[in-house]
Amino acid sequence: MSELYHVSASPHQRAAVRTTHIMQMVVVALLPAAIFGIWHFGYRAALHILITIAACVITEYLYEYFMHKTITVSDFSAVVTGLLLAMNLPVAAPLWIGALGGVFAILVVKQLFGGIGQNFMNPALGARCFLLISFAGHMTNFTYDTYSTATPLATLKETGVLPDVSSMITGNIPGTIGETCTIALLIGAAFLILMGVISIRIPLMYFLSFVIFMGLFGKGGIGQGFEIHFLAAHLAGGGLMLGAWFMATDYVTSPITKHGQLLYGILLGVLTGIFRCFGNSAEGVSYAIIIGNLLVPLIEKITIPKPFGKGGERQ
Amino acid sequence: MKVLTFHGGIHPANDGKALTKDKEIRPVRPKQEMVYPLSQHIGAPAKPIVAKGDRVLAGQMIAEAGGFVSAPVHSTVSGTVKGIEPRRTISGSISDCIIVDNDGLYEEVAWPPKRDPESCSGSEIIEAIQKAGIVGMGGAGFPTHVKLSPKEPDKIDYVIGNCAECEPYLTSDYRRIMEEGEKVVAGLRIILKLFPKARGVLAVEDNKLDCAAKLKNLVKDDPRITVQLLKTKYPQGSERHLIYAVTRRALSSTQLPADVGCIVQNVDTLYAIRLAVEEGKPLMRRVMTVTGDAVKEPGNFLVPIGTNYEELLEYAGGFKKQPEKIISGGPMMGIAMFDLHVPVVKTSSALLCLVKDEAAKYEPTSCIHCGRCVEACPEKLIPARLAHFSLHNDKEAFQKINGMECVECGCCSYVCPARRHLTHDIKAMKRTILAERKR
Repeated sequence: MSELYHVSASPHQRAAVRTTHIMQMVVVALLPAAIFGIWHFGYRAALHILITIAACVITEYLYEYFMHKTITVSDFSAVVTGLLLAMNLPVAAPLWIGALGGVFAILVVKQLFGGIGQNFMNPALGARCFLLISFAGHMTNFTYDTYSTATPLATLKETGVLPDVSSMITGNIPGTIGETCTIALLIGAAFLILMGVISIRIPLMYFLSFVIFMGLFGKGGIGQGFEIHFLAAHLAGGGLMLGAWFMATDYVTSPITKHGQLLYGILLGVLTGIFRCFGNSAEGVSYAIIIGNLLVPLIEKITIPKPFGKGGERQ
Repeated sequence: MKVLTFHGGIHPANDGKALTKDKEIRPVRPKQEMVYPLSQHIGAPAKPIVAKGDRVLAGQMIAEAGGFVSAPVHSTVSGTVKGIEPRRTISGSISDCIIVDNDGLYEEVAWPPKRDPESCSGSEIIEAIQKAGIVGMGGAGFPTHVKLSPKEPDKIDYVIGNCAECEPYLTSDYRRIMEEGEKVVAGLRIILKLFPKARGVLAVEDNKLDCAAKLKNLVKDDPRITVQLLKTKYPQGSERHLIYAVTRRALSSTQLPADVGCIVQNVDTLYAIRLAVEEGKPLMRRVMTVTGDAVKEPGNFLVPIGTNYEELLEYAGGFKKQPEKIISGGPMMGIAMFDLHVPVVKTSSALLCLVKDEAAKYEPTSCIHCGRCVEACPEKLIPARLAHFSLHNDKEAFQKINGMECVECGCCSYVCPARRHLTHDIKAMKRTILAERKR
């Protein structure tokens, strides 16, 4: 034989998009909201972001190094986790909290279950809930302009006073670093949809079912919640935009089937509604998504698509 | 005109067709020895009817059909039979072949007088096609006379000429239609004679509007044949998805097109049918695209079956750069070869030589569950899950989520951002299960 050529099974052509590109696009999509957060809350927000990302990347590197696994930090998924987690922290929280959360997200939620693609819940959300339970005081300390304040939704829940929605949309409210500015989050979401990174299925069903649920059960009664101002405040507040566009759409922890994605979106909307209407917390997005994550295997099981030709009788 | 299609599929960024789209078909006259595998089709291998030392002529049958689902093989040159021995074929496996020492004279057998297909009966047509050794030339190699003998011929209401040519880089069907479209249409008319209740549809992707216009012009006086535009998308030319696009009838892996009233024929097969019925000539040559960024002068060639791939490459000027990968067929479903010393068979559609092996550029990483394979799968399967069950050798789970419906089009591997070899894994599992069922 004169020359040796590569031999492999077809196809011999591949699309250009790789996992790394997808993760980088998610980072880019999160940037508008993150930059707004830094501008809105000050340099301390930037410190939180840097520390949390560094904690995630270093944890992933060290774990893989000592476990003799392939080092995957260059795929940017740890950066995404770190950035998302930091955007879920209140700026007044101590700086070590992001580092601790980052270690928890990568080590416990991601790597111990087998690394990228194997985690059963979103690492950033898992870490956020861990921090929320362990350090409730720090994690709900929304000191803003040196005044200790509550988020608009918390105020709404306690006093029934509707917040100013226009400042919720422009982000001029207390909250976590990345959740306040609806416009910045929507810009990022539009980018992800245009680039084909996420589909609109999950967020759309999330919003739809949430609005219907809040309309029916919000403000103490059947149907009393169907009021534009009230619904807009709930849509723009409490991390719903950040959660629905960037965390509910996390590939690994959302269903792979189309119908599963629709069902998952509906489930998240209903859960968030339940938590906000009947729960103690004013927000509920994180817990709704985490519970949704746990139900994904079940959802996928009942939504296996009918194959193309099955039942293809003559018409 | 409405452009029809199916759900799923992909749009390759570079379809490579510009390399050879305008290259006229040039004849190839090989001088070296010719190799004729006895198994160039689905079904029983052909049985040799010549012996070592026999002199054969071009067009002479050298192996007869080994059963009903089988096809005879003809010599495409004149020369002496050197022997019947195992040789390497495209897939890399070794199988029995008749070797003919080509004398370069191309002496042909005496052809029967030309016939008017209009005066032929159905059985005469089928017999001519069977004797000519015609098989599906799109790649599957299913004997055409079997395809044309469904249990209930009266239930066939569509005969579809598959002019989609969705596979990237390939332009052989396009050239055949642009240069001798009337003969392709004549082939379709002959089949329509067999199915009086059927209408003929020539289905063309909408990236070949000139081709569609030419066909439309050719059939404008024929009330039974129409030209249908299809969306340019891979795998539009896959039999099941073509049928769905044209007729909205979906068929599963356990059905044949005839079960939903359809017969699908590839362009070159239609051409061969006319040649067999009208001129009594067997399937001896086919159009092949020789292309890729490693080839000096990419083009389309009329290649005698049995020609050595290496000799075919010489007609395209040889390599201008050392290729990493050579493929028989297109980049989506073609077979990678480790050696060029194999013969062209009835189902060879192209020789593609690539300087860079895209598929091997990156190591596979973990599945991130992104669902791109689910979106792309034209069979509406969950390729990532199927590949997972394949790697864990879980045959039951694989079949439970409909793994056997896979058409092996390669879309899932193509889109996978983790560069996983999904199609390969699924194919391997299908083979294992099919082999076990046979036992």
